[in-house]
Amino acid sequence: MNDSDIVQDFLAESCENLDRLDRELVSLEKNPKDPAALASVFRTIHTVKGTCGFLGFNKLEKVAHVGENLLTRLRDGQLTLNPERTTALLGMVDAVRQMLKEIASSGQDGEVDYPELRETLTRLQTPVEGDAARAAATVAPPAPVEAAATTKKEEIPAPEPAAQTRAVEAADGSGKKSGDSQREPARVKIGGLLVEHGAAQAEDIDVGLQEQEKGDRRRLGEIPVASGRAKQEEDLTAIQVQEAKPGDAPAETIRVGVNVLDKLMILVGELVLARNQLLQISNTVEDASLQAVSQRMNLIATELQEQVMKTRMQPIGNIWSQFPRTVRDVALGCGKEVGIEMEGKETELDKTIIEAIKDPLTHLVRNSVDHGIELPEVRVKAGKPRAGRLILRAFHEGGQVNIEISDDGAGLNRERIRQKAVERGLITAEQAGRMTDREVLNLIFLPGFSTAEKVTNVSGRGVGMDVVKTNVERIGGNVDVQSVPGQGATVRVKIPLTLAIIPALVVTCSGERYAIPQVNLLELVRLDAEKAITAIEMVHGVPVYRLRGRLLPLVYLSRELRLAEGTRAGKNDDSVNIVVLQADDRQFGLVVDEINDTEEIVVKPLRKQLKTLKTFAGSSIMGDGKVALILDVLGLAQRSSVVGEARERTVSGKSAETAETARDKQTFLLFAGLGDSRMAIPLSTLARLEEFPISQVEMSGSQWVTQYRGQILPLVRLAVVLEERRHRVRALEAPPAPDSGPIQVLVLNHEGRSFGLVVERILDIVEARADVKANATRPGVLYTVVIGERVTEVLDIPAILRGADSGSTQAGLAMKSAGVAN
Amino acid sequence: MAHTSQFCTFYLDKLLFGVELKSVQEVIRSLDVTRVPLAPGVVSGLINLRGQIVTAVDLRRRLELEPRAAGLPAMNVVVGSEDGAVSLLVDEIGDVVEVEETSFERPPETLRGAVREVITGVHKLNERLLLVLDTEKACQMTEEAVAAGQ
Repeated sequence: MNDSDIVQDFLAESCENLDRLDRELVSLEKNPKDPAALASVFRTIHTVKGTCGFLGFNKLEKVAHVGENLLTRLRDGQLTLNPERTTALLGMVDAVRQMLKEIASSGQDGEVDYPELRETLTRLQTPVEGDAARAAATVAPPAPVEAAATTKKEEIPAPEPAAQTRAVEAADGSGKKSGDSQREPARVKIGGLLVEHGAAQAEDIDVGLQEQEKGDRRRLGEIPVASGRAKQEEDLTAIQVQEAKPGDAPAETIRVGVNVLDKLMILVGELVLARNQLLQISNTVEDASLQAVSQRMNLIATELQEQVMKTRMQPIGNIWSQFPRTVRDVALGCGKEVGIEMEGKETELDKTIIEAIKDPLTHLVRNSVDHGIELPEVRVKAGKPRAGRLILRAFHEGGQVNIEISDDGAGLNRERIRQKAVERGLITAEQAGRMTDREVLNLIFLPGFSTAEKVTNVSGRGVGMDVVKTNVERIGGNVDVQSVPGQGATVRVKIPLTLAIIPALVVTCSGERYAIPQVNLLELVRLDAEKAITAIEMVHGVPVYRLRGRLLPLVYLSRELRLAEGTRAGKNDDSVNIVVLQADDRQFGLVVDEINDTEEIVVKPLRKQLKTLKTFAGSSIMGDGKVALILDVLGLAQRSSVVGEARERTVSGKSAETAETARDKQTFLLFAGLGDSRMAIPLSTLARLEEFPISQVEMSGSQWVTQYRGQILPLVRLAVVLEERRHRVRALEAPPAPDSGPIQVLVLNHEGRSFGLVVERILDIVEARADVKANATRPGVLYTVVIGERVTEVLDIPAILRGADSGSTQAGLAMKSAGVAN
Repeated sequence: MAHTSQFCTFYLDKLLFGVELKSVQEVIRSLDVTRVPLAPGVVSGLINLRGQIVTAVDLRRRLELEPRAAGLPAMNVVVGSEDGAVSLLVDEIGDVVEVEETSFERPPETLRGAVREVITGVHKLNERLLLVLDTEKACQMTEEAVAAGQ
């Protein structure tokens, strides 16, 4: 994005803001005590001021600044808004608008810096007697208001030229909104041009303007011409100049209202539903042409859905562009030198998410400069360059967007964090001693935690790291911090690409379906009826389940939602389905009647009648056209008291519980590999467990593959990648035996690719110390370890993938030569 | 000629109600309702109105009338409110009637309770009274209703 793009964006945004300001100020005048409206007005002016300072429009900044000062005092309740102040503020809005027009046409913010207006605004900051009382009516309206009035006059152009402008725009295909603020910046005032060219006198123009206002429909230039006060050719030249002025936005992009996009999204959702129904019908009717059409429809609908989703995407650079200014201000404020670098500005995110992360990111950036980067002298002493570096990085990874904010400052002081947390009573000294470094670092996200040596004007703004965490989690993301003492810190924010469509697990409870966002899902546990009786234990009437040796509190969805019991669909089946969920550092098991499937669902927010319900995050329309509610896992956890209102309690409880395990234990998925040998992979590498009937396995060359979630999933067999080379080819050639039972597949993700590892049998998930290690005995194995008193090989996933790739090439060659021999 | 306005009328427990025709989006037969646990009692659930999820408000409950007899299907009167469309569940749909402003009267002082804030007045028709419903108010949840659901 170059500077002129920034200026264009700034103009468009500011014009919108100014229009809103007009409305807000006027409604504020009617209800001067409305704090929300005042804050909003203040923010708008503040934004305009901030951006123009950044872009170097100093005169504009000056004007906005005095207005902001007045608004500050109004907001703080020191003054009340009276008509005079409103007039002055509106005068400022008009002045700003005028200057924006200058910028649009000339790139400069004009010659005038409105001294009278600024004086008036400054004078009005002095409290008037009784302040709310009416101000003296004798005060003359400030001069800029006159200027503004002139603007107004010209903005009431004769209807004819306005219509022409619109027509021209439409012909351009630019489709720009034809609001004044959009159209005006491109046009220099004709009156001004006439005067500039010496074709008319200023007072003639004024007369003309008055004529126009009285209802004269002629163009402004024509009035002096008609009255013989200006020559017609000169008027024409001026009009040509006016029309030739640059400043029109490029026609490649158009501005479309978000509500239009939302509507499109709804319609596409509807289309997808209709498509699903059509597919169902076409599967039952044996008609080749119908099937062909429905297939085509399927493809088009999918593509359309993707494209519509894309329209809602915005580059993250849109919010980053204000950070240079933020960094400059903060650095200046605390006497530091900081340079900012950005990588991956073009990374796109859904509009709603962009808006949601703006404030948390701003806070993190300020924090890095304020607390992370040291003073220049300190840096020099430590052998670092005087100026600190702040690096913003954004990239896609596994369907999520990662945003990193790194600095090369002092890093986080773990000892101080421990100390502070104990001092504040957030954790006990004993807990602090047992915590891992990572856990200690994450203490900074607790409410009521601040290690700032002194409260600076930057940090004392009432937005803490806990708010950052809460805001990011609200949109289904998470925050993590890493730090190397003396070398800097990195805060990593992971957020979903979009909120509009999310993967979710659909469950049934008391005959109703509910969707659970996949981000909260850890695992699923199914207990047989007889096992359930013993496996679910009670702690003073509270049900718990031992999940790998740890107590998992159980929450019954039917009880939490006060659903009628006994309406379960599968009554004869008394097994218990537990959905293990993560809510705010805490795990709990949600007991439901049935687990259906995972699905991509379109999220629709709940209306205001239901907004008070914290247990639901929204609703969605399912494949059969019925509505299902989406559970808000955090809300549900709070309702069932799994997560207390006071967050620190749960976190300290958790850290005590996991401190020991996290340090030296790892979680593995155990399975039987070749022969009856025991093998394992770290659970973190596993995406999913699946079972495929052998009939679904197809051959692609010599590679086993299967169709899985709309993709082709290569199936890697251990026999192929682990056996010695001479056995390999034989193993490879073997197609799946048609009568063998279903195959067990571990679905793994590696470097953005999915592949399935075919294993004999899945055994268990265990937590084991990984310190009793022995070196690997063959390629493809990371190391061997003793788990459950048996030697177990832990597989090296990247090596296996490499093996699988080279294996298939070899097999291809082998088969080719075999073919030749035949 | 006095000003006239058009009302879409419907019945609830044998009472005749009307909402201004221009606020009505459409009238449809009963749809599948997904109930919302813990929701205020007046919210009967969510319905899928051609891809749009609409909250269904049980007017009988809102107006503190007897619950609808089991098995009696409700009709949906979909009205636009400031927060998107809302479906009002009613017993039966009546005609569209045109009334003159002169036949309007404020509700009697003796009308009390939750009903008073929802009924803005009465049109005196020839043979019976038409109770005019404020749709915006009808869609708002009273605080007691919200609390009762929790």
